[in-house]
Amino acid sequence: MKISINDVEHVADLARLHLDEKEKEQLAGQLSSVLDYIDMLNELDTKDVPPTTLAVFIDNVFRSDEVGQSLTNEVALANAPDKKDGFFRVPTII
Amino acid sequence: MDREIIIGLETHVELKTKSKIFCSCSAQFGGEPNTNTCPRCLAMPGTLPVLNKQAVEFAMKAALALNCEILPFCVFDRKNYFYPDLPKGFQTSQYTYPLARNGYIDIKVNGKTRRIRINRIHLEDDAGKSIHEKNYSLVDLNRAGVPLIEIVTEPDIRSPEEARLYLEKLKAILEYTEVSDCRMEEGSLRCDANISLRPFGSDKLGTKTEIKNLNSFRSVQRGLEYEVWRQNQALDNGEEIVQETLQWDEDLGVTVPMRSKEEAHDYRYFPEPDLVPTVITEEWIEAVRSTIPELPDSRFKRFVEEYGLPEYDAEVLTASRPVADYYEACLKFCPDPKAVSNWVMVDLFALLKANNMELADCLISPENLGEMIKLIKEGTISSKIAKTVFEEMFKTGKTASTIVEEKGLVQISDEGELRALVERVVAESPKSVEDYKNGKKKALGFMVGQVMKETKGKANPQLVNKLLLEILDN
Repeated sequence: MKISINDVEHVADLARLHLDEKEKEQLAGQLSSVLDYIDMLNELDTKDVPPTTLAVFIDNVFRSDEVGQSLTNEVALANAPDKKDGFFRVPTII
Repeated sequence: MDREIIIGLETHVELKTKSKIFCSCSAQFGGEPNTNTCPRCLAMPGTLPVLNKQAVEFAMKAALALNCEILPFCVFDRKNYFYPDLPKGFQTSQYTYPLARNGYIDIKVNGKTRRIRINRIHLEDDAGKSIHEKNYSLVDLNRAGVPLIEIVTEPDIRSPEEARLYLEKLKAILEYTEVSDCRMEEGSLRCDANISLRPFGSDKLGTKTEIKNLNSFRSVQRGLEYEVWRQNQALDNGEEIVQETLQWDEDLGVTVPMRSKEEAHDYRYFPEPDLVPTVITEEWIEAVRSTIPELPDSRFKRFVEEYGLPEYDAEVLTASRPVADYYEACLKFCPDPKAVSNWVMVDLFALLKANNMELADCLISPENLGEMIKLIKEGTISSKIAKTVFEEMFKTGKTASTIVEEKGLVQISDEGELRALVERVVAESPKSVEDYKNGKKKALGFMVGQVMKETKGKANPQLVNKLLLEILDN
């Protein structure tokens, strides 16, 4: 599979990554070879195999609806690069 | 050109669990910002989600009440996008294997029943709340991780009015099942609409737009009406509809395009590896089904059949569960369905509205309202005095008989006492008596009024009438 520079730019944009031209070239090649490798799986006949959503075979793990301890506002914001009046402060969204 | 309107609604409903969907933080609305958070809902590295069983059961209950089939196997997926109110960088939702499918809601439009099909219902977590200031935004993550269900209709809705009726009915059903507070003003019920137009008779869908921020029943109808007009204008002018997301501005009454984020619609869903699948057995479904109470449609039918109420009354009374419960509680104390219906629908609703109150805040207990209506029926108070008593009950919460006693409002039905008064009024109104004898029947009303005035409205009006006729016609 061939990954184009356009594909790299699109994915980088979604992931909020800023890449220079050289990096785009390099990643296009690397991503292509990763996908080529994964493509080998397509050689297997999976017609009768149900889609796998998880590699462990358990289901129905629940917790009961009980309220536990939350963090204090100070602790919750401790790692925040910026805060104001108990809120996380972030660059303008809209 | 007249075009057919095609609308589909996506409604997000917060489930009223005590704790969040994947962690044990409180799911309560409000609170100081960022005080209901923990490493898990803040998405700290290394933390893992565990599904709240109650959230699954509330979602199942809602799905069954909305006539859906519950799927035996459902899986959470990651819906990836970047937004500051979403600390994980993805919403945990259900994509390929949702909880439920193929439901419907019946609504009544101009007396006809219309069925709006529900395509799917899935379970997901809510995002936090952002407040947008001029140069920055503030984020509160208390809401991040509150359980939500998203209810997606088929494009079956044919007018803005139908959209509002669908939403009202949806809210009523969900309130009956008690899975959500459904408070639109607090954001626990939120609605987005997809809308397109096409020539009548066409089976191809036109290009649609999506409207967000429809945060009240009124906005849903108004926002859609505006968008119908806008799309019609554009099509009439030969323009093409651009597929875009619009924001409804309630103050200006217009839809405005949101900043384009078409890139962000590439959600790259994939199964959430940190959660195991949910397997739902028939047995579990039946256990949840048995907790569903009588729903609005069957209650409506029963009110008409059992109580002989007009359809209009039954419709109004069953539209909200607290009202229907209140009504039936009153009937226990005064088994006169139509009289109770009138007092609840007319007088009680008017006072609640005038005071901007909810039924839950009402001081008049069903027992007290029942007693008051009985006092009217027994002739202890006149219906006119009852209005005064009722207002006093509404203000103070006292019983009707206490108020009647305290204020001396008992109806005067003593014939001797009234006859003396009527005779005096007749003696003092020679002009009216003359008018009456000359065939002006209206003069009688004047004299009844005088007697009522003298007794401050307490005289039994039928008796006054009878006595007046006796005296005058002799």
